[in-house]
Amino acid sequence: MSIGMKDVEHVANLARLELSVDEKEQFVGQLNAILKYAEKLGELDTDGVEPTSHVLPVTNVMREDVVKESLSNEAALLNAPDDEDGQFKVPAVLE
Amino acid sequence: MALFDMRLQDLHNELASGKLSAAELTEASYKRIAETDERIGAFLTLNEEGARARAAELDRSGAEKGLLHAMPAGIKDNIVTKGLRTTCASQFLTNYNPIYDATAAGKLNAAGAVTIGKLNMDEFAMGGSNENSSFRPVRNPWNTDYVPGGSSGGSAAAVAAGQVYFALGSDTGGSIRQPASYCGVVGLKPTYGLVSRFGLVAFASSLDAIGPLTKNVEDSAYVLQAIAGHDGMDSTSAEVAIPDYVSSLTGDVAGMHIGVPKEYMGQGIDPKVKESVLAALKVFESLGATWEEVSLPHTEYAVAAYYLLASSEASSNLARFDGVRYGVRADNPDNLLDLYRKSRSQGFGQEVKRRIMLGTYALSSGYYDAYYLKAQKVRTLIKRDFDQAFEKFDLLLGPTAPTPAFRIGEQIGDPLTMYLNDIVTIPVSLAGVPAISVPCGFVDGLPVGLQLIGKAFDEATVLRAAHAYEQNTDHHKARPQL
Amino acid sequence: MTQFNTYETVIGLEVHVELHTASKIFCGCSTSFGAPPNTHTCPICLGHPGVLPVLNRQAVDYAMKAAMALNCTVADVSKFDRKNYFYPDSPKAYQISQFDQPIGENGWIDIEVNGETKRIGITRLHLEEDAGKLTHVEGGFASLVDFNRVGTPLIEIVSEPDLRSPEETKAYLEKLRAIMQYCDVSDVKMEEGSLRCDANVSLRPWGQEKLGTRAELKNMNSFRGVQRGLEYEQLRQADILDANGTVVQETRRWDDAQGKTFAMRGKEESHDYRYFPDPDLVRLFIDSEWKERVRASIPELPDARQARYSAEYGLPAYDAAVITSSKKLADFFEESLVYTKDAKAVANWIMGDLLAYLNQNNKEIDAVSITGQGLGEMIGLLEKGTISGKIAKTVFKEMLESGKLPQQIVEEQGLVQISDEGAIKGIVEKVVAANPQSVEDYRAGKEKAIGFLVGQVMKESRGKANPGLANKLLVDYLNA
Repeated sequence: MSIGMKDVEHVANLARLELSVDEKEQFVGQLNAILKYAEKLGELDTDGVEPTSHVLPVTNVMREDVVKESLSNEAALLNAPDDEDGQFKVPAVLE
Repeated sequence: MALFDMRLQDLHNELASGKLSAAELTEASYKRIAETDERIGAFLTLNEEGARARAAELDRSGAEKGLLHAMPAGIKDNIVTKGLRTTCASQFLTNYNPIYDATAAGKLNAAGAVTIGKLNMDEFAMGGSNENSSFRPVRNPWNTDYVPGGSSGGSAAAVAAGQVYFALGSDTGGSIRQPASYCGVVGLKPTYGLVSRFGLVAFASSLDAIGPLTKNVEDSAYVLQAIAGHDGMDSTSAEVAIPDYVSSLTGDVAGMHIGVPKEYMGQGIDPKVKESVLAALKVFESLGATWEEVSLPHTEYAVAAYYLLASSEASSNLARFDGVRYGVRADNPDNLLDLYRKSRSQGFGQEVKRRIMLGTYALSSGYYDAYYLKAQKVRTLIKRDFDQAFEKFDLLLGPTAPTPAFRIGEQIGDPLTMYLNDIVTIPVSLAGVPAISVPCGFVDGLPVGLQLIGKAFDEATVLRAAHAYEQNTDHHKARPQL
Repeated sequence: MTQFNTYETVIGLEVHVELHTASKIFCGCSTSFGAPPNTHTCPICLGHPGVLPVLNRQAVDYAMKAAMALNCTVADVSKFDRKNYFYPDSPKAYQISQFDQPIGENGWIDIEVNGETKRIGITRLHLEEDAGKLTHVEGGFASLVDFNRVGTPLIEIVSEPDLRSPEETKAYLEKLRAIMQYCDVSDVKMEEGSLRCDANVSLRPWGQEKLGTRAELKNMNSFRGVQRGLEYEQLRQADILDANGTVVQETRRWDDAQGKTFAMRGKEESHDYRYFPDPDLVRLFIDSEWKERVRASIPELPDARQARYSAEYGLPAYDAAVITSSKKLADFFEESLVYTKDAKAVANWIMGDLLAYLNQNNKEIDAVSITGQGLGEMIGLLEKGTISGKIAKTVFKEMLESGKLPQQIVEEQGLVQISDEGAIKGIVEKVVAANPQSVEDYRAGKEKAIGFLVGQVMKESRGKANPGLANKLLVDYLNA
């Protein structure tokens, strides 16, 4: 599998990154090198091997349904780049 | 002896006897930072006002003084501190003012430690040289032309330079151990799940671990004692009994059986580094331990599996930096999509973008099985290597990094080579087991680290062996000339 | 209308139900509705850097309960996955949901349309977190985000494409709502958004096995909206097919005011959600003990209750179905029966005056003050003859509004039926004297005139005279 310019553009769009032409070209090269290196995983037969998503044998971690104090509106908006009427403000969302 | 050369226990005794005050200790830290940090660049944010007020309060308080009481600490800037700017060394979070405390930071506070400031790092913990800080690189206190390692380079350098008495770092694929090795300090990556991740800005959630960087093993045990333990805010936090780590430092390693993975001593390892490791084995032999070679056959696949897994998780973890609720929003976006793209592109550096791209690609439709799932299965094989080795050995031993620190700028532009610096730390991260790096010598005037790897939740054995080794060598006593 | 003969409609529903836990699914913030914007949030549900989710046990119990009530197989092992997409109402830019190991799978419910029972398959039921709420600022240049709702636990219930008409869809939704209500896992109020529904609609020529291209319909915010939206979409697609056009696979938004669906801009790009297991959460192992505990908490469901009402009380199937379609109505029915044995009378009052009033005022039973005790006791007063049927109507209306018990209303308003012969006789004499023409008509053999005269007696007594007694005394008097 090799990555082309179109793949890089598609992935950049999914990741919401705006890349310059230089960056795109650089990523085509670097990602191909990394993925080529990753192809060595294909040498291993992993049929029947369970994937590890957690190294810990921990299961069924849950909390009780208890309400805790929430933040004040001021604290919630403390870091907001833009706000209005106690809400976070963003450019119009098209529907 | 200068204050910054002293053990936490000695400082504690001075404090307890009233010969030293919290205020004096705090001032000593800031003085040392003022003298040295222009050259080192370890700190991103200083907490001078907060720390001085805190020290004064500690001096007034009549409460029982624990060992960390009044100890000046540095905290890596990806560990969230309420009201104290936390940037992850990213332009994106230049002005981020946290509204809560990380559990580990809260525990340090509760133990009486004084937060001196926030430590530089590779942006979002991605990197092994600290050249990826988007504010300024950190320099190695032993030779400022060299990198301090990363991503916890600020933490390692600050401890090595005597700016703080200990620091918290985070380790995803070697980010505590490798800089500890490069800077000649002790760095401990605990078992995954021993220290709460709540408030650690996630890079790769299934690998991230917070741990201490200290001047010696005993200090490491004290700091670990303060931050370890189950946390109801972290679903992946383990419910295990926490032993008294300091009391496990008996100096006795007689009869301990050590495995030396041959893959950690082979190709790519600097012969001089290898020599230091072999010399360390002689020390263990002299203390009554035995060792033999062992194979961890899937080692060569670890780096590939790691970069797929860590980048995939990172691509999702870093999606929240979208410019809506916090962080730097790009000026005058045309529309919502433009806001996302510009804010993220302007806010993130090259290495972060590269990993987001890699991870997004690896998770995208059609590639999940080939990359992410495959890497998770390989992770299982790597973990089995360790499980099998630990059936026979109490401890595994090897170098922390294949080489000593390299020159600033030497590896920039070649991400793959940079990634391979982590070849002996990454497998340990994938297996989730604990490991410590302790100084074991010098190569061309730069420190070299010895890595001791233990069974899951057996930090006590790791610390005991590291301490016994340290007490029978002088490497940890060496200090950089600044 | 020829179109319906040409095409078969195929509908599948994705229903989101908000679970009414006290706190959110992954943090301790309250889930209550209607608080000022961004006052039920914390670093966790705002997706601040470094936060981690911890699962609410009650949300899992509710999801299991709902899955069981919908006849799903509950998973032995379940897990949570991240669904990655950027949207301002999604603070982490991923939603924690379930991809390949949902809580429940392979269920069904029975619906009844035109007297026939039809089984609708349920593909899966999974647990996930709700998003925040976006509102659009006037002028259209900006949107505002309120994160109070983000993190409210949701279950998504995906049906098989088994529905064939808007009517079936409505019946399915109503049954689903009733079951959720019976299980007491949700408020299921469409107007507050605690029950939401998206529909996949496609048409195909009758007899064709392959499904046609579907449109996904969103924003149908009421039961009526669902029916209208589907009816519109059916016609729209039929028109396209009639003209030999192709239906485009897309997401369309139902505009209730305009009565039309519109293709949604901004949702055009193909979705690649990059699902992967959430490394911040651990797996759920659901053992039989846990399942049994939840199963034991499921109450009698609507179908069972309906059957029981028919068998036990002899209610007509239709009445039993209507009364059990809402748990609150069914509970009201049963509460009434604590105070009277006459189930049919209770059913008649519910099917008649009560539902007429509720439908007229667009209210549900819990929005009016009448209690089951009130209705039961009122029927008792009727049986004893304390009040007349006519007075009962007045009392009933008063109970709807004030919630007072009938005895009190009767006493306060002096509505007790007059059964005292002397008192009625006086009124009879007065009425006879005032209506000579009717008296003459009666005596001339026009039996009907007696009805008018009885009515006059009732009127004169302001409805309180015992009508039977009034009739008897009037006849006696005139024949004397």
